[in-house]
Amino acid sequence: MSTEVTEKETEAQTETEAESGESAHQSRRMEQKRQQASQRDLEEEARTEIDEAEQTIEVKVFRFDPEVAGKEEPRFDTFHVPFFKGMTVLDALIYARDHYDSSLTFRHSCRQAICGSDALFVNGRQRLGCKTQIADLEDHLNSTIRIEPLPHQEVVKDLVVDMEHFYDQMEAVEPFFDADELPDGDLEEQRQDRENREKIKMSTRCIWCGACMSSCNIAAGDNEYLGPAAINKAYRFAMDEREGEDRKQQRLNIIEQEHGVWRCQTQFSCTEVCPKDIPLTEHIQELKRESVKNNLKFW
Amino acid sequence: MSQSYDRGTIEDFGRWREFTAGMWAWIFHKFSGWVLIGYLFTHIAVLSTATQSGAMYTETIRGLESLVAVRVLEVGLLAVAVFHILNGVRLLFVDLGVGLEAQDKSFYASLVVSAAIVVASVPTFLAGAF
Repeated sequence: MSTEVTEKETEAQTETEAESGESAHQSRRMEQKRQQASQRDLEEEARTEIDEAEQTIEVKVFRFDPEVAGKEEPRFDTFHVPFFKGMTVLDALIYARDHYDSSLTFRHSCRQAICGSDALFVNGRQRLGCKTQIADLEDHLNSTIRIEPLPHQEVVKDLVVDMEHFYDQMEAVEPFFDADELPDGDLEEQRQDRENREKIKMSTRCIWCGACMSSCNIAAGDNEYLGPAAINKAYRFAMDEREGEDRKQQRLNIIEQEHGVWRCQTQFSCTEVCPKDIPLTEHIQELKRESVKNNLKFW
Repeated sequence: MSQSYDRGTIEDFGRWREFTAGMWAWIFHKFSGWVLIGYLFTHIAVLSTATQSGAMYTETIRGLESLVAVRVLEVGLLAVAVFHILNGVRLLFVDLGVGLEAQDKSFYASLVVSAAIVVASVPTFLAGAF
């Protein structure tokens, strides 16, 4: 009796599972169909927009996905995007992702050239996607805009690179303000004189985008080299007069090592590509002079 | 990270058309530096013939100077030497933080002055060679 009940229960359970499995399968198929229909609509919309657009651009995007069969080999995909006045490289990528291929992967965030997420290699130069106007790219309407991930950094997927080493180098220079004396009152400001502020002003603009590091051939060849961004960060604090002499000495000890400022070969690549116009090479050279002065002894 | 794609240095050199002035200056400076080092070894080898006898040294120099290829190479040697010196001065200014914003112009100026000096030297170096 109990066996019969158990068998019936098992049969019922199996039927229920089969039904639920069938229903799950059906709902997955429905979902897939909905997605395909939505993708078709988006592509249709894109075609209409392209037909109606006065001008279109051709964007060639680097693709690489190690986790999907058939996409492990790097390749370039070409997308046609309707052009509008004020369009940025990031806008073009977002359009391509939303209308053609939702798997197209790239980083972006603030879209105001402040977060540094979308540093890309556009037409052979490191640029911020959100800051780069398509119209500013030479011959953008007649030639293909080539978008690649930052060179000299390992690609994780499509336009996304591994930034871990870059962050490690930034951390290596202890990038935090460390004054000798704190103000007496809790709410009192740690004031800096105007001249000193002017001196470090440009170096404070760094947004950690990694464009400079990616453009530096020396950093590419020497994995231990601190790199322009980290040295600029060291400059920002070493030149801040609110930090004491001992702290400055510690900072100089970090940057004057073999893989510190002395590895810079003044190629000016970092300065050329910096989206915030920081005179990186100038800062590195100044730290070199500081380092020499620090080590000169005449007795 | 499971896998990643390293594009390597070969692709870097494939982008030579995109190099900026500072990058070219660096490449030319390294190249001219190595050429000068190579020349110094050759120079020492030629000078060492003087340890045998004065006549042998003179004979070696005469033999070398009679070769058109050597005369042409001397023009090339002057070119790399002049550029290396001028770019070295440029780098000295860069080290001192002088004229950093004009670093590309000073590189082009080094090229132009080097070219002018080399062109002016051609009649002297190649006189009677052909």
